[in-house]
Amino acid sequence: MQTNILSLCYLIGSVSFIIGLKMLSHPATARKGNLAAAAGMAIAIAGTLFLYRPAGIEFHNFQWIGSALIIGTVIGSVAARKVKMTAMPEMVSLFNGMGGLCAALISIVEFGHIAQDHAAMHVLSIIAGMIIGSVSFSGSMIAYGKLSGKITDHAFRGQHIFNLVILFVILVMSALIVMGYIAVPIFIFCIILALSLVYGILFVLPIGGADMPVVISLLNSFTGIATACAGFLYNNPVMLTGGILVGSAGAILTILMCNAMNRSLKNVLIGSFGGAKGASGPAAGGEGAYKEISLNDAAMVMGYAHKVIIVPGYGLAVAQAQHACHELEKSLRENGVEVKYAIHPVAGRMPGHMNVLLAEADVSYDDLLELEPANEQFSSADVVLILGANDVVNPAAENDPASPIYGMPILEVGKAKLVIVNKRSMRPGYAGIENQLFFLPNTSMLFGDAKDVLQQLISQVKAL
Amino acid sequence: MQTLLDFVQNNLQQFYIVILSVFLGIEVISRVPSVLHTPLMSGANAIHGVIIIGAIIVMGEAPSDNYLVLALGFMAVIVGTINVVGGFVVTDRMLEMFKTGKQASSKQIKEN
Repeated sequence: MQTNILSLCYLIGSVSFIIGLKMLSHPATARKGNLAAAAGMAIAIAGTLFLYRPAGIEFHNFQWIGSALIIGTVIGSVAARKVKMTAMPEMVSLFNGMGGLCAALISIVEFGHIAQDHAAMHVLSIIAGMIIGSVSFSGSMIAYGKLSGKITDHAFRGQHIFNLVILFVILVMSALIVMGYIAVPIFIFCIILALSLVYGILFVLPIGGADMPVVISLLNSFTGIATACAGFLYNNPVMLTGGILVGSAGAILTILMCNAMNRSLKNVLIGSFGGAKGASGPAAGGEGAYKEISLNDAAMVMGYAHKVIIVPGYGLAVAQAQHACHELEKSLRENGVEVKYAIHPVAGRMPGHMNVLLAEADVSYDDLLELEPANEQFSSADVVLILGANDVVNPAAENDPASPIYGMPILEVGKAKLVIVNKRSMRPGYAGIENQLFFLPNTSMLFGDAKDVLQQLISQVKAL
Repeated sequence: MQTLLDFVQNNLQQFYIVILSVFLGIEVISRVPSVLHTPLMSGANAIHGVIIIGAIIVMGEAPSDNYLVLALGFMAVIVGTINVVGGFVVTDRMLEMFKTGKQASSKQIKEN
């Protein structure tokens, strides 16, 4: 009876994951989809806690399980509630790393049981779960460090070959253990664990920070596969379906993200931004002169324009200037100016980052233009105000084949009559490349922190 | 070779689940708009937190006097829970903002 109810719980869990994912991919149902998946998860966990009674083994330690669940819930919910909107990508990466660590820890414990039960496929799923979980854990931690600015890009000569060698060693050692050639595999197992962690670090380290969303999505898919390995090990259908679903959905999502940037996954993983810098250096060349515009003039041209298009970027997120941005939009509207927002699919640190941020400041959904409609409207705009965006408006993506971002669709802001670029300094953007847009005759620079600049613009526009 | 064939035969059901789930995962999200990429990734991230069930099983089966296993299992349950709870809460926060954005826009339309 108990086992039957447990099976039912797992069935409900699996179905809720499928329905949840399906609903998450449509804007209208996304939030309910998330709740459905969470409810299914709760049922599956509660079922395991109260109904899972394996034959012949005493199931106990409830005090430990309970307290660990409470500690984890408190840490997880506090972290998720406290995190600022700008730091959400880092948070997702961190949570993904936790999942990978969990998979690795389970495999380490289960490895201790191998001595009693040496079915080759059993060992294989333990080792595969451990390797994939560790790679996902250490990789996610590096991605987290990069997004939060704690770690910079590192690459050394022949790193790709070095990585391949590590991967090869890991695979050979695992094969030897699985086939049973190694009598006392504990030592080898530890080496595989250490190498997997190192591989995760070296795998992510050379990849440019701008590509981290793709990497996190890929690691997310990895953790899904590690979960499925554990599902195989325990013959647990909900872990198996959940893991494989995330594994395949994550892989497709990774490819969709690459497509949004018009790049291939291979290009993202191997042709990292860091490595291409030298090649594009001379081509970019010619550090032309740039014009500055005063706050006064900027407020004037915007206040008397017919149409202003705002292009937000990561700078807006860093300065937490979304509310000020909405204020400026409102005061411009009071002056009879038409205001729109042009959102590049990869503006910010993650696809959809800007939508989330502007929605937080109550910016109307109808005023957000996607890439193609935005590009149609730029030529009719009097002023384009760029707030901390850089690579997504860099014309090098269209006309400089040597540029690492060549081929990425960009917002063609140069078609507007006047482009005002707000940046903190002339430093290049996240991809580390020069932006020729800043030197165009119809571009003016407005230096300063996005929030300060916006607040001053608001008071100037109001005074008009 | 024989072991592999036996293995497939003995776990036929699982193999069917794996293969069907792969296609299901691809099918379910293949038409997602780019706005939802981040929330979807975050939601999927929370779903693979189902690994926590494995951690609970490890803990439940661990002998009460094997402190190494208990400590590792304890850690595993904590990090797994962080993954699940944090993942769903973060996703909900992201999507909540989309919702208020929409409500605000419909309100504005009414005002106009």
